[in-house]
Order: sequence, then C-alpha cells, then structure tokens
Amino acid sequence: MPDLIQSTSEGLYCPVGDFHIDPWRPVPRAIITHAHGDHAHRGCGRYLTSTQGRHVLQTRMGASAVVDTVNYGESFTLNGVRISLHPAGHVLGSAQIRVDYRGDIWTVSGDYKVTPDQTCTPFEPVRCHTFITECTFGLPIYRWQPQQVTFAELNRWWEGNRDIGRVSVVFAYALGKAQRVIAGLDPSIGPILCHGAVERVNQDYRQSGIPLPPTNYAGRYERTKDWEGAIVVAPPSSNGTVWMRKFGDPSRALVSGWMQIRGTRRRRAVDRGFVLSDHADWPGLLSAIHATEAQRILATHGRTGPMVRWLQESGLDAAPLQTQFVGERDDADVDDAEEGAAIDSEEEAVINGENVGEPEGERLS
Amino acid sequence: MKSFAELYRTLDETTKTTVKVGAMRSYFQKCSSSDGAWGVFFLSGRRLNRLLPTKLLREWAAEQAQIPDWMFEECYGAVGDLAETMALLLHAPGEQAEFSLTDWVENRIRPLASMSSEEQRFALHEAWNQLSVHERFVFNKLVTGSFRVGVSQGLVIRALAEASQLPQATIAHRLMGKWEPTARFFIQLMSDDDGETNHSQPYPFALAHPFQEEPETLGDPDQWLLEWKWDGIRGQIIRRNGESFLWSRGEELILERFPELNPAISTLPDGTVLDGEVLGWKDGKPLPFAELQRRIGRKTVGKKLLADVPARFIAFDLLEAGGVDLRELPLAHRRERLVSLISADDPESSILLSSLVEGDSWEALRLQRSSSRNFHVEGIMMKRKDSPYPLGRVTGLWWKWKVNPFTCDAVLMYAQRGHGRRASLYTDYTFGVWDNGQLIPFAKAYSGLTDAEIREVDRFIRKNTVEKFGPVRSVKPELVFELAFENIQLSTRHKSGIAVRFPRMSRWRQDKKADQADTLDGIRSLMAGEPTVT
Repeated sequence: MPDLIQSTSEGLYCPVGDFHIDPWRPVPRAIITHAHGDHAHRGCGRYLTSTQGRHVLQTRMGASAVVDTVNYGESFTLNGVRISLHPAGHVLGSAQIRVDYRGDIWTVSGDYKVTPDQTCTPFEPVRCHTFITECTFGLPIYRWQPQQVTFAELNRWWEGNRDIGRVSVVFAYALGKAQRVIAGLDPSIGPILCHGAVERVNQDYRQSGIPLPPTNYAGRYERTKDWEGAIVVAPPSSNGTVWMRKFGDPSRALVSGWMQIRGTRRRRAVDRGFVLSDHADWPGLLSAIHATEAQRILATHGRTGPMVRWLQESGLDAAPLQTQFVGERDDADVDDAEEGAAIDSEEEAVINGENVGEPEGERLS
Repeated sequence: MKSFAELYRTLDETTKTTVKVGAMRSYFQKCSSSDGAWGVFFLSGRRLNRLLPTKLLREWAAEQAQIPDWMFEECYGAVGDLAETMALLLHAPGEQAEFSLTDWVENRIRPLASMSSEEQRFALHEAWNQLSVHERFVFNKLVTGSFRVGVSQGLVIRALAEASQLPQATIAHRLMGKWEPTARFFIQLMSDDDGETNHSQPYPFALAHPFQEEPETLGDPDQWLLEWKWDGIRGQIIRRNGESFLWSRGEELILERFPELNPAISTLPDGTVLDGEVLGWKDGKPLPFAELQRRIGRKTVGKKLLADVPARFIAFDLLEAGGVDLRELPLAHRRERLVSLISADDPESSILLSSLVEGDSWEALRLQRSSSRNFHVEGIMMKRKDSPYPLGRVTGLWWKWKVNPFTCDAVLMYAQRGHGRRASLYTDYTFGVWDNGQLIPFAKAYSGLTDAEIREVDRFIRKNTVEKFGPVRSVKPELVFELAFENIQLSTRHKSGIAVRFPRMSRWRQDKKADQADTLDGIRSLMAGEPTVT
C-alpha cells in the first residue's frame, strides 16, 4: 500500500485525496495546521483551517485568500478521503489533520503541545495507524516547568522593573506566544503595550472569542509618562530596531523553549530568558505519540535523529520524514535556534510586508 | 543552598557590574558566617579536591533519568555543559529539602570523597531528588569542580567591602594566601578589629594595564620609572618571623620549586616583602620563558635542570620593610629603599635588582623598547614615580608597554566546539601555513573574534566540513586569519617544528585567499636566534 501522505517538493501531499498539508509552495488546495510562517504560505488556491483559526489565517494570507473552515472533530470527504481536524493546542486554531482512506488512518500533528494554554483549545490525542509528529524539542533535557511558574517569574520581573522605573520589553512570537504571555500577565502591575504585529493578532484572538487583558498599541504613545511602569510585548525581530529606542534603557526578556539552555540564554542579547514553549517537551512528545496508539511514527522538524532511535528502541516503527523544515541534523541545537529565529523573522516579514514605507516599520490600521 | 543558587543565577544572568556587586553584597549580609565563608571560597574560584570520577557521575545521572548512554551523549552535545545536562535530564524532584550551603558542602558533598562508589551513587540520587533543577545545576558544578561564574576577585572584594563597610584593601589583604572556609574565617574577614595577621600572608599584587597610546601622552618621561617587562613568573618574597615564603600570583607557595632562592631570601632582614619576577637566568641575562616553564610543573627539581635553568628573583618593588607596610609611600621612595637593600653589584646573588631603562626622550625609549626581544623581555613597564603601590589593576599608575606582537596570515584547517557560553558553536580553531605546497597546522587559537564573526565562521564550518574526527572537524581550507603571537621557538613536539606563544586572531583577512597565507619558512625567519626547546 503506498503511503497515504508523502513528502514532495511542494510539501506534504495526499495523492488519493489530491490535497496538500502545510505546503511550502503555492498549490490548488492546502489544509493548514496553523498560521505560523513555516506552515502557511501565501498564494494557494484554497485554504482550509479550523473554524477558530479563521481570523488569524485570513489576516496572514491576505484578504483575498479563499479560506474554508471546519469545526474541530467534524469530518468531510475529499475524493473519497475522509478528513477531520482536531485541536493541537499549539496556538489559536491549530489543528492536527486526521486523514482516513479505507480504514488506513494517518494524522499530521503540525506543531503541538499538551500542556495548558488558556488562549487555545487543548490538544486531543487522535488514534491512528501512522502519526507524523513534530519533534522540535525531541531530547529529554527539555522538560517544561508549569506555565504558572513562568508567569509568576515574568510578573515578578515586570514588577521589579516598574519599581526601579524601567520599562519591561518581552519578546515573543507575534502569533500565539505573545497572546499566551499577555493572558498570563497581571494587569494590576501596569499597562500592557504591544508592538503593532502583536496588537493585530490580539484583535484576531478577541474576535475569535479569546479573552485577553486590555492592551494598547505602543506606537500610539509618544511621551515617556505613557509607558511608565509598562510592559511592552514585541516580536523578537524588533530587538535592536529603531522602534525600541523610545523606551530608553528597558529591561529585555525573551520567552522561548530554547531559554531552557543556559548557553542559548546567554548568547541572546537580553537580560532575562523565560522558559515557555508552544511546542511539546520531551515527556509531552512521548505521551502524545503513545496516546495515538500508532505503530508507525514519522518524525519531522527538530531533532529527528535521537527521537527516531528512541522510538525504534521502544519497539515502534519509526523513521524521519524529510521536509524542508529540517536543517543540519547533528548540529540541530544551534541550527534550531537559528531556525526559530528565522521562522520568527519570516512571520514578521509577512506582517510588516503590508506596511512598507512606514517610518517605524509597523502601524496599526 | 537556595540563596546561593539564586545568587549564582543573578550573577550569571547579568553583565552589569553594579547588579553583580549588589547581589553578592546582599548575600554576604544575610547569610550565616559559614555560608559566607563557602560563598567567598567558591566565588573567588577555589574548588574542592576531586571527589569522584566524572564518568561515574554521568552514568548515574543517565541511570536516574532512565536513558541510554547514546541519549546522554546527544543531550550533552546539545547543552555543552556536563553539570547542566545532568540537571536538566533528571525528572522533577520529589520532596525538596532546604539545607544551607554549608550543610550541603560539609555534610553531603565533601564526604563523597571517602565513600564507596555504591554509597556515592546513593548519595547523589538522593541529592538530585531533593533539589530543584537550578539548584541541581549549581550542586553539580560544585561536585564536578567546574563552578565558575562571571565575577572577578575584584568584584567579590568590592561586595565584601560594601557588606562589611571595610576598605577594599583590607578585604583584599585578608583574602590573600591560605585560609580555610570556616565561620571563624568569615567573621575575621568582616571584622573591623585587625587582630593578628598571618605572617605568611602576601599583599595583593598590583597589575598593569596594556598601554596602546603614544607615550608622549604620558607627559615628561622623567615622571615615570621605567623597567623591562620581564617574561617570567610574577612572585612575592616574604621574610617574616625568621621564615621565608615565595608566593606566585596564583597565590601558591612555590619556594620549594626554586630552592636556589632560599639562601638569599633567608639573609633578608625580618619583616621584608619584595615584589618581583622569577626568571630563568644564565650568563647575566634571562632565559626564554619556555626554559623556565620546564621548572614550573615540578615540585622537586633535579640537578641537571637546576644547572640548565638556574632561577633568579628580579626584585622591582619593596612593599614592607622592618615589618612596616610601605605601600602608601611614593614609588620613587620605595625604589630608593629597595636599592639600598639589594646590592646591585653582587651578580652571584639569586635576588637581583631590576635595572632601569634609561632614556632622555620618549623617542630614545621607543628605540630601547624595539630591542626588547633581544633581551628576552616583553617590552617596558612604566610606573609613575609618585604613585603608591596600586591595589589590583588601577588605571593610570602602571602601564605595560609591550613590543608589537609577531603576526602572520594563516588558514583555518580544523575546528572544535567551545565551552560554556560558546558550547554549541565552533570557536576553537587550528591554523596552518604553507610548506612545500602543503598546509601544516602550527597554532591553535580561540580568541579575538567578535560574536558576529564567530557565528559567521561557525556557519562556514558547518557548511564546509570535510571530515569529522570525534569532536573535531576538518574544513575546506578557505578562510584566512591574521594571527598575533608573542614569541616563536623551535620545537620538536610540534609537527610544524615551531611553537608560538599566546596565539590569537587579530583579524579576519576576508580580503585574502588561502594561497596568499604565509609559509612556514616565513615564520621561521621571524625568530632569528631563539634557542631550541625539546
């Protein structure tokens, strides 16, 4: 039996159903796991996403993109292939794609996490025969502390900065991470200001029914007293840009799973690194994989080598799946860190691309 | 342990001196005396004697984490730091215990040394289970003897001075030499009662800044005392209470390695402290540093070595005379008293007076400096005649005006990952130069590039790896760097036949292709007249 889903030069492809999942080139029909820059590219004929993911995907793909939606758990048929989307817990609207052809069931995880996040629907395991899993943090050194602990550290840091008269700037992916961080902030400490890229996604989240504490577009303010005691949420690519200057000498922090490693923390030009990831940690990956009861596991982007060997040694049929996401495997930690950054800036490029010509590189319409 | 681990985190996460000093001050103010003593001990870079083989530690960590060896290696590769890898790998701790730093070190860590390996294994499993991830990391650092955090001795002294409200000089002096990290020691350290000082205790060494300006900016040369910058081992001779001591700058007692200095030291009057340099010395002039190096590692010295490389102490400052601390007196005055103490005309004595470099003008002195290499010295020391003996590295009082380093253009041949902050980047390089159409490796260097350059070179290495030998990669010979080094000598231990001292990258020659790099003969020709080292 040929593989129901294959990796082609355009991306993951289902030949029987004639559709792509997260293609990296324009194709007629794309099913999208989530709206991050490395999974959703512009120029496809039609997009399909979860109902909750509609606003964020539409914003990113442009107003003219054709975006269809389906509720989590509802199935439909495409050329005889039964398809359904299930929560992946990564960011708002993120989905695992379940593909069933004559009883051969495959699930493409996209990016996922199994730990709580109040800004998106929690991960649900999907039973299948073949599971295509991400493994960005596929090493046992990655074990996330509970998010409340990170949020408490973050709020304490913000409060400390406020008390000595410094602005706090926290860098987080504009889509998903930023909103999760905002939802974890304690608004009684001070005002929450956002970079335009973040503020726009905030609106999408609110429109999709996700409550967030009050935020304001940082670019609206010009006087120092406007950001007194404030925390500014901005994408990592804005660190060191002109945009940052008006905040004087702020304390800077980065929120990322990579901050788990001291060397990575110290290499980034920030004062603090907070560990919080929208990807599954090692125990999370393993529990998700086992919950699918799949016998065949295909591992993609991240540290596939060790994960594949680990799964093989525990008796599963595991193999790496070549995708365009994977850099040099045996040096994955640096490359991944760079990849993370690259994905970031790519995200930003998409967003800022619409605002070329603005003096500060971003604007809120 | 919690507060010490927190202190470590603060020191580790900031580059701001004031934050570091503030964090240490607050730790020293709040902690118990014995925790204070251990804090000073570890922060000033001292470490416990070896407790157990690292190999076993890794095995036990992998065992507790329930992962095979290959997975441990994968993780270590990603983290680049053993103590941290072990801390991250282990499962979340059970019931966390809060014991003091002293309790951990004295009752749990130090006793490991005398335990059977089965007992050690049990003790470590228990410890790891009681500590949070970050505390575990600090604990592992203490156990493996790799505890290092970015504070200098100077900052520790500043924090202690602020916490005790004593002058920094007092703290610095009390921290010199041998001491035990006990509550009593810490109480004395922080006490304003001077009490009895240990008679072997050396003074903190004054250090010079490199001088990179034109000397004319220093004003009249007459205000300066100029000496050769000797290339040996900085040392402090102490004669007190009828006993003799020789301290190295690393605060080690090294007199037994240089027994020929003993007679001359014992004839010094009681209550004398000299600052100077230990050198290999023959026929009225210094031997190259590489010769002296043969004597450094040895506790006892054979007759042949004593004859081949006789040691001398070149005295250049008098810090104490008749038991009185002279450090506040002007240098010119101390020099006078030094001259009257050490007879310049006894060439047989093993303590010699550092001779002055004389010249009427900076121009004349420049000329003298350029001849430094002929005398096996590194350049000229310039000290203000009216200056007191500086505490540590004070700007403007002592300058080292070194001769320009040798330079050559060499090709990057091999690379290896760095450590610590640079753990996942390729930052340790081996360079080669041409010999008969072949590149011959001749020097290793890892400093001199900016972070941005390091990343770029790292990227090149990953894309242009030819072969991997364990952690080492050979790369396409394309990148050319200008290397600077202090000295060249013939060496039979190196494939290239030469050894260079303090090689570092002075710049990246992006304008040069590999075939434009220097030749081995070219480098050999730089050294004219250096003796062979075998």
